[in-house]
Amino acid sequence: MTSLKKLLLGEQGLVVIFALAFAIVSLTVPNFLTERNMLGLLQSVVTIGIVACTMMFCLASRDFDLSVGSTVAFSGMIAVMASNATGSIVLGLLAALVCGSFVGLVNGVVIARFRINALITTLATMQIVRGLALISSDGRAVGINDPGFYQLALSKFLGVPTPIWVMGVLFVTFGFLLNRTVFGKNTLAIGGNPEASRLAGVNVVRMRIWIFMLQGLVCGIAGVLLASRITSGQPNAATGLELSVISACVLGGVSLAGGRAAMAGVIVGVLIMGIAENVMNLLNIQAFYQYVVRGLILLLAVLLDNLRSVAAGRRG
Amino acid sequence: MQDFLEFKSISKGYPGVQALSDVSFSVRKGAVHGLMGENGAGKSTLIRILSGDQAADTGEIRIAGEQQVYKSVRDAFQAGVIVIHQELQLVAELTVAENLWLGRFPARAGVLDRRKLIGVVAEKLTEMGIEVDPAAKVASLSIGERQMVEIAKAVMVDARVIALDEPTSSLSSRESEILFSLIDRLRANGTVILYVSHRLDEIFRLCDSLTVLRDGKLAAHHPDISQVTRDQIIAEMVGREIANIWGWRGRPLGSTRLQVDNLTGPKLPHPINFTVRKGEILGFFGLIGAGRSEMARLLYGADTRSQGTVTVDGTTVTADSPAHSIRAGVVLCPEDRKLDGIIQGRSIEENMAISSRRHFSPFGILNPKKEGELAETFIAKLRVRTPSRKQDIINLSGGNQQKVILGRWLSEQGVKVLLIDEPTRGIDVGAKSEIYEILYDLAAQGMAIIVISSELPEIMGITDRIAVMCEGRTAAEIERPDFDERRILAAALPDISNANDLPIQQVQSR
Repeated sequence: MTSLKKLLLGEQGLVVIFALAFAIVSLTVPNFLTERNMLGLLQSVVTIGIVACTMMFCLASRDFDLSVGSTVAFSGMIAVMASNATGSIVLGLLAALVCGSFVGLVNGVVIARFRINALITTLATMQIVRGLALISSDGRAVGINDPGFYQLALSKFLGVPTPIWVMGVLFVTFGFLLNRTVFGKNTLAIGGNPEASRLAGVNVVRMRIWIFMLQGLVCGIAGVLLASRITSGQPNAATGLELSVISACVLGGVSLAGGRAAMAGVIVGVLIMGIAENVMNLLNIQAFYQYVVRGLILLLAVLLDNLRSVAAGRRG
Repeated sequence: MQDFLEFKSISKGYPGVQALSDVSFSVRKGAVHGLMGENGAGKSTLIRILSGDQAADTGEIRIAGEQQVYKSVRDAFQAGVIVIHQELQLVAELTVAENLWLGRFPARAGVLDRRKLIGVVAEKLTEMGIEVDPAAKVASLSIGERQMVEIAKAVMVDARVIALDEPTSSLSSRESEILFSLIDRLRANGTVILYVSHRLDEIFRLCDSLTVLRDGKLAAHHPDISQVTRDQIIAEMVGREIANIWGWRGRPLGSTRLQVDNLTGPKLPHPINFTVRKGEILGFFGLIGAGRSEMARLLYGADTRSQGTVTVDGTTVTADSPAHSIRAGVVLCPEDRKLDGIIQGRSIEENMAISSRRHFSPFGILNPKKEGELAETFIAKLRVRTPSRKQDIINLSGGNQQKVILGRWLSEQGVKVLLIDEPTRGIDVGAKSEIYEILYDLAAQGMAIIVISSELPEIMGITDRIAVMCEGRTAAEIERPDFDERRILAAALPDISNANDLPIQQVQSR
């Protein structure tokens, strides 16, 4: 019993759970372990996976960002509208990334400089940005004029769709940033003890603003890829994304109290979320039930986080 | 008198450590019983078992002959056993009175009886000689006042056994004196007090009997404290003789290293001026709230200065953040290690390298090998006791945590001014003298060191010069040859006439 507990709550606990779940699902669910389904599964987690990269930094530094879903939708809208207006896809993409980063910058400045609670601030910007997305399109979906835009999502490299490559590159980049750079270590230090980090010479305000800006930038990337996949800018896209992303991070061992995060964990967390959804689709489970399951996974993730900190907190 | 509180063969092991093995001793009714030992000797574990927070592996606790079985802190509380920890457990946003009633608010039909709420508390506080407004929010109180409130809370529930864990570590001497008379009153009422402290003066001032723990074992039990000497206790604690824990020795002083002119800040309206020479250790003494830590924080750029110039080696330092100060060679080891010093959940290595790694991390990319070497160097140099540099800093004792924070600054190249606030608070005797030795070494290398301490013996023991602060001003500067307890205290007290009220035995030491 105790060794099982140790296995599940330890560093590799999540990987063990994941491997087990994967094995069981592969054996029991028909059509799961096929190349086509695997790529589809990865495609379906691209948005969550990309945004989770920076949400991990946000949570690790004891912050929180609820505005990611709105920012993804908004920057997707901007990408489509700007490329339609200018006739240049590149300009559209740039506009989307700039807008996403700007939302993040505003979040960061308000939270870090003016010391407003991150939950409240991003709850506010979540509404504001969603409102902007609706206003700019008058509440309707905006179709893409240039078919070249579709290629972002449709093109493949070595048989794997581009969005999956983008997600992979971001996983590697942010994994490196977290583990091998001063930026990553300072992020974890701020999460561990913000005041001690400041007194140890870390520029905490600037760090937090950077983290939120990166979060916004990455939302911009996710927004562009999403718009390309759904062939239009949808003001109501990515609703509830923040919850899936935070669930994936927490499931992946990122502590909500800050100071603890691992890229590998987050990737596994993202995949667990994806598999759950994929399996429910394959088994033809009604969409309504999927909400319940997603909620249950979040609860489970938080419970696991709690058990893990209790296990780690009791020092010998 | 008979034994009231009995510990019988208490043992407790954690994975890898035997925290307590077969500890037995007993305390008479109405006695103040001292519990001493170095950090890691097992005091905290024993207190935790008494408080119901953890269960002993074997052994039992008896109170008035009855075996006590606690499943939780609440059980112990209901049995009249109250432990007051170093980290106070008050709700900052509630008033003093509300805190004292917490959990059993006086109410009629669910409506608070405000008169009783405030009235009873006001009465109790006056009775205990505690000058705190019952309607004040705890957040507005000083640490010392909060401590008083915490003790009042124990008295309110008629505790039979009160354990105090380092109660005076953050109290001024006047506040300590109020605490001591409070303890005297509790003793007269027959309450058993278990008193954990590193300060021998207090142990002799307060305790009737004493137990010394070492490495989880009973090192000595003295039923009558008047039969023991200080040196004996120290020897029992550390298992060896420590001749002179201060070990101060003179060293040549160089030119002016740090000059502070007209320094003021929001919490420090009166201009502060002083200089420190190369190789000099300047002490700042004062009561709690005299403005010493505020001064250090302004100097370091942790708080924003209103005015003033700080000059290091003739160059003006316009530090508006700790990061700038560090680059100018001014560093701070903060007063509250847990809150402002250590980064919990991170390793020793990371805690040490957090600032200095910028010197060997090109483009912000880490150099794990260099970081590891650096950690190993300072773990060895400062003699940090740890199984590995990867150990979470939270698992270290106070003294070792302080060494890691010192290591954080020593690994910076070219530190010129070291500010160290309460260098040995909560640190045991053995580690204390090690830390003093480190400070002497650094001074000998030309560093200007500013030591802030509330412990008069310590500040007189290790500094070359003392600046006394009182109500936000520097009240006196005294050179080592002129060090005199009464004179320093008199300068620290807001009203000179109060100096005579101060019980001398409390401040006498060495």
